[in-house]
Amino acid sequence: MNLKLKVWRQKNAKAKGGFEIYNISNISPDTSFLEMLDILNEQLINEGKEPVAFDHDCREGICGMCSLFINGRAHGPDDDVTTCQLHMRKFKDGETVTIEPWRSAAFPVIKDLVVEREAFEKIQQAGGYVSVNTGGVPDGNAIAIPKEDADEAMDAAACIGCGACVATCKNSSAMLFVAAKVSQFAKLPQGKPEAARRAKAMVAKMDELGFGGCTNTGACEAECPKGISISHIARLNREYLVAKLKD
Amino acid sequence: MSKFITSSIGKKVVMSLSGLFLMTFLMVHLTVNCFLFAGAEAFNTAAHFMVTNPIIKVVEPILALGFVVHIAWSIWITIQNMMARPVRYNKTNQGKNSSFASRNMFVLGGLVLTFLALHIANFYVKIKFTHEIGAVSYAGVEMHDTYTLVTSLFTIWWYDVIYVIGAILLGYHLSHGFWSAFQTIGFSNQIWRKRLTVIGYIFALVIAGGFAIIPTYFYFVQ
Ligand code: HEM
Ligand code: SF4
Ligand code: FES
Repeated sequence: MNLKLKVWRQKNAKAKGGFEIYNISNISPDTSFLEMLDILNEQLINEGKEPVAFDHDCREGICGMCSLFINGRAHGPDDDVTTCQLHMRKFKDGETVTIEPWRSAAFPVIKDLVVEREAFEKIQQAGGYVSVNTGGVPDGNAIAIPKEDADEAMDAAACIGCGACVATCKNSSAMLFVAAKVSQFAKLPQGKPEAARRAKAMVAKMDELGFGGCTNTGACEAECPKGISISHIARLNREYLVAKLKD
Repeated sequence: MSKFITSSIGKKVVMSLSGLFLMTFLMVHLTVNCFLFAGAEAFNTAAHFMVTNPIIKVVEPILALGFVVHIAWSIWITIQNMMARPVRYNKTNQGKNSSFASRNMFVLGGLVLTFLALHIANFYVKIKFTHEIGAVSYAGVEMHDTYTLVTSLFTIWWYDVIYVIGAILLGYHLSHGFWSAFQTIGFSNQIWRKRLTVIGYIFALVIAGGFAIIPTYFYFVQ
């Protein structure tokens, strides 16, 4: 395959940045998107140019490190996959591929396609955990949990914190991420004691960090590589309302 | 509480509750309008009942407040949401992941508001302030001839076009707004989401269709 790549280049957080056009040829349709960028970078290095910086780690869709807004969509044209799991067969030969970093006030660009997603960590630190006293590992079946509740919690826990929901939302809202992190505990007995505090603290942190508000467009759910449902956002709204009413 | 109203979720709850309130108003409004099909006496009597009813006297300022709050919060939310993405994307493909109405609630609402201004000038101002309205009496009770005011306006074709467009815009606003209002207050899950979406589409269709049929009908029968 031959492709024309339109890539966002930006020296550092302060620099202005702009698009560069690169032509790349002889790409196998079975190459993954990030491998294609590796090939581009090799080409750039051989030409004595600065390679394109982009985030990645596991390259198997589980770590949430890769990002990229490809042809107008977070994680590219394929559904329910991360950019590292996207393959070039999803593109047409000769196509122009526009590659941009996540765009959000809360996710500033550090370099080229790399953005700072520390805001998610701060939200997590505000309450996305269960406080436990360490000790012996509790017996596996000591706390009985209904299957449906366990399944709901597990679905929410699938969130890998990639930020595609924020990137794709027209309001840069982090509601799907926060909803997933609240929801993974909300239905479990271990999570319930801190439920009210958790919802309030995480929402307050999210608001403070400059994310927009949710207008229920559902774009996040459509682009989330883990298919997290916006029903979890309804649960977060409920948890938050109940917590605030009890204040 | 003050922190709640200014939090992202709290602001949305204000939008949702004011939106739900405005939707109940629309249902009452459309019901009264349907009396137009039953003739002058039926409609005038229904309209007279509405303006003289003490409950309506109380509800009217609340309704005005409902609109003001809904609009004020919508402006606030929209500005904040735009500020959350200072650098725009070069290329977006939102048609792939969300509905047109959900992405354009502010534009649709703004257009509905423009229509609303004309609508108030057409009827409310004439009835309440400039008194450009005749009188009729049925069984000794004197009342405004609202029927003639309405039906004579609808003989003008371009008013009919504007009213039909207004109804369609409102329908679009509600096609997303109805379900969204329930989602915002937490009343949704995997099952109810499907149900509320369907009910929302039916509601939007009834409201848009109902308000669109009235001017069309009176244009063609007169
Ligand atoms: C009869 C008139 C109206 C009705 C029945 C109505 C109803 C609704 C409902 C039910 C919602 C959903 C609330 C939610 O998402 O939680 C909504 C949202 C919205 N409305 Fe209205 N509305 C009306 C007029 C207006 C006007 C005049 C404007 C303003 C200019 C407006 C602007 C908005 C905006 C921007 C939203 C989206 C807010 C968000 O999703 O966060 N609406 N409306
Ligand atoms: S909710 Fe989905 S899109 Fe958002 S951070 Fe988690 S995995 Fe990524
Ligand atoms: S690199 Fe780990 S999910 Fe893509």
